[in-house]
Amino acid sequence: MKKRKIGMALSLVLAAGTLLGACGKSDNTTKEPAKSGEKKTDFSVAMVTDVGGVDDKSFNQSAWEGLQKFGKDNGMTKGKGGYDYLQSKSDADYSTNLNTLARQNFDLVYGIGFLMQAAVEEIAKQQKDSKFAIIDAEVKQPNVASVLFKEQEAAFLAGVAAALQTKSNHIGFIGGMEIPVIERFESGFLAGVKAAKPEVKVDVQYSGAFDKAELGQNIASKMYSSGADVIFHAAGGTGNGLFKEATDRKAKDPSKEIWAIGVDRDQNDMGPDVVLTSALKRVDVAVQDLSKKAMDGKFPGGEVALYGLSEDGVGVAPINAKADKKADIEAAIKDWVEKIKSGAVKVPGTRDELKNFSAK
Amino acid sequence: MSKRFKSILTPIIAVLLGIIVGTIIMLVSGYNPVAAFTALWNGAFGEVYYLGEVVRQFTPYILAGLAVAFAFRVGLFNIGVEGQFLVGWLAAVWVGVAFDLPRVIHLPLAILAAIVAGALWAFIPGLLKARFRVHEVIVTIMMNYVALHVSNYLIRNVITNHGDNSGPIHKSATLRSPWLESITDYSRLHWGILLAIISCFIMWFLLERTTRGFELRSVGFNQHAAQYAGMNVNKNIILSMVISGAFAGLAGAMEGLGTFEYAAVKGGFSGVGFDGIAVALLGGNTALGVFFSAILFGVLKVGALNMPLEAGVPNELVDIIIALIVFFVASSYFIRVFLDRISKKEVK
Repeated sequence: MKKRKIGMALSLVLAAGTLLGACGKSDNTTKEPAKSGEKKTDFSVAMVTDVGGVDDKSFNQSAWEGLQKFGKDNGMTKGKGGYDYLQSKSDADYSTNLNTLARQNFDLVYGIGFLMQAAVEEIAKQQKDSKFAIIDAEVKQPNVASVLFKEQEAAFLAGVAAALQTKSNHIGFIGGMEIPVIERFESGFLAGVKAAKPEVKVDVQYSGAFDKAELGQNIASKMYSSGADVIFHAAGGTGNGLFKEATDRKAKDPSKEIWAIGVDRDQNDMGPDVVLTSALKRVDVAVQDLSKKAMDGKFPGGEVALYGLSEDGVGVAPINAKADKKADIEAAIKDWVEKIKSGAVKVPGTRDELKNFSAK
Repeated sequence: MSKRFKSILTPIIAVLLGIIVGTIIMLVSGYNPVAAFTALWNGAFGEVYYLGEVVRQFTPYILAGLAVAFAFRVGLFNIGVEGQFLVGWLAAVWVGVAFDLPRVIHLPLAILAAIVAGALWAFIPGLLKARFRVHEVIVTIMMNYVALHVSNYLIRNVITNHGDNSGPIHKSATLRSPWLESITDYSRLHWGILLAIISCFIMWFLLERTTRGFELRSVGFNQHAAQYAGMNVNKNIILSMVISGAFAGLAGAMEGLGTFEYAAVKGGFSGVGFDGIAVALLGGNTALGVFFSAILFGVLKVGALNMPLEAGVPNELVDIIIALIVFFVASSYFIRVFLDRISKKEVK
């Protein structure tokens, strides 16, 4: 009798294994090696994600998409000697991962995100022969290139779109952690709203994390319930909860006017009916750009590259065709883009600058 | 088969079962288990650098495991190791950045601050349990969140002016040494490993070789019997939580003074405290057992980072294997029944 029980337990475990295995198979598409093009190169490049992971639908994913595109364009294959990524599961993994990639002789190693600043600085001092790049932070080492974005400009345009679309004159902003990058998003967004429609009320909340979708959904739910009809998030994976909440509400009551605004990449795929637009931060463009420079031997070590509207490093995604104010928004955005590019309007990047901001 | 031998064999079989089932999962999902385990091995032992990182990784695991195990031996579930770990981390770094003292004073002071902070944090649930019979699981879980957000607040508003990182500690408070870095090719290995080993010894000595330890264990076995025998149960409950918290706080010092040398605002838990529960469980709540199971966890965690690059296997698989090991340890009843049957056959 007992023997039968053990046999049963074992077969259960096996069955569970089969099921789990089947689950794991479904999203294998990104892992397939790239078709090798005609151009061959011995340049190799890799990146380390922060704790959000490579499929966070936002920041890290955008970087990886850029790296994949760069690799395919140059006939590289995924893996050692080509292009690859490593995921970090805790803060302690940043150093180990950066070090691993440098030791595997990747020519250029990206640290994706502000959180990796200290780790990149430390490893760069140790591995003086390797080249590193960091996104969203500044590391002053001769073998590190820093990439910063003018997120406030993208967020400003998103703010204009949100202000023109809202019917309840109530908008929400969900931030990730309170770090300078997200402050730029917040300040830009608030400035944009103020510039387009000063009477609109904006509810600002921080979730404190970039990888907690359930928390994002929670905050979004409260904001929608309290009357907000457009919510913008700058919270990485946490923001996925916003799209879930918006899609759910829309499904329950299709006549309801509910919008969400994405961030980093065009997040229209997260909810085609509810995503108004996205504040683009073209990490992919920057990654490709910098990789290209490094491949051509023009690695800008020790320098800070700043990507803004003028450099096509930030922008907004196409406005959702289902939005009734689409034409107005597009016209207004076009107008503001010119003003920002020409320097007539300087978008605030901090809360202090926002206080003194006035749109003429 | 002696009872002692069986209690050693059970976790080993659990580990093997975890690895076997993990292998099956890999085979079914189309990955090469040989390549995966080779990558895991290389990622942990392939270079002296990784060896240093493995030691660095399991140092806090040992202490977190001891913290859980110590409370458990007195019949308490300290789920709050994570919180005590975080306040210990913060306290150590705070002392590390706030003062500028000679190393012989500064380093011990920073470590002491971490121990005291962790002990105080665990004192609260201990007191509530002893005085008002509030269940320690509830209180410690809640105290984890309090620790996370309070330490974030302190970093943001007290230690720095709206920054998110305390900045590096003074060199006089660091546990790292250029010599350890040089023999392990710049790994973050630090002297904390010695403290962890000493702590293992302290726990063993305290529990097995002192009157106080006997009392603590008695309370763990049967509170009422202990009380009847004239022991002060409440005092022992508080004491065990305080010692448990001290271990957890010391684990925090390992990260604050060794691995990171700073404290940063966190979006979520580090996970060390929760891994400590698994470490203690696998180690059978003994000092030596915790030591070895912490090593296993450290090897798995660091080695796993290499698996996607070298074998194309997602490192989540290692999480699955760890989960399976914990599952099999938790269901060690099966294994014990199985071992009993074997030993009975041997007798025949």
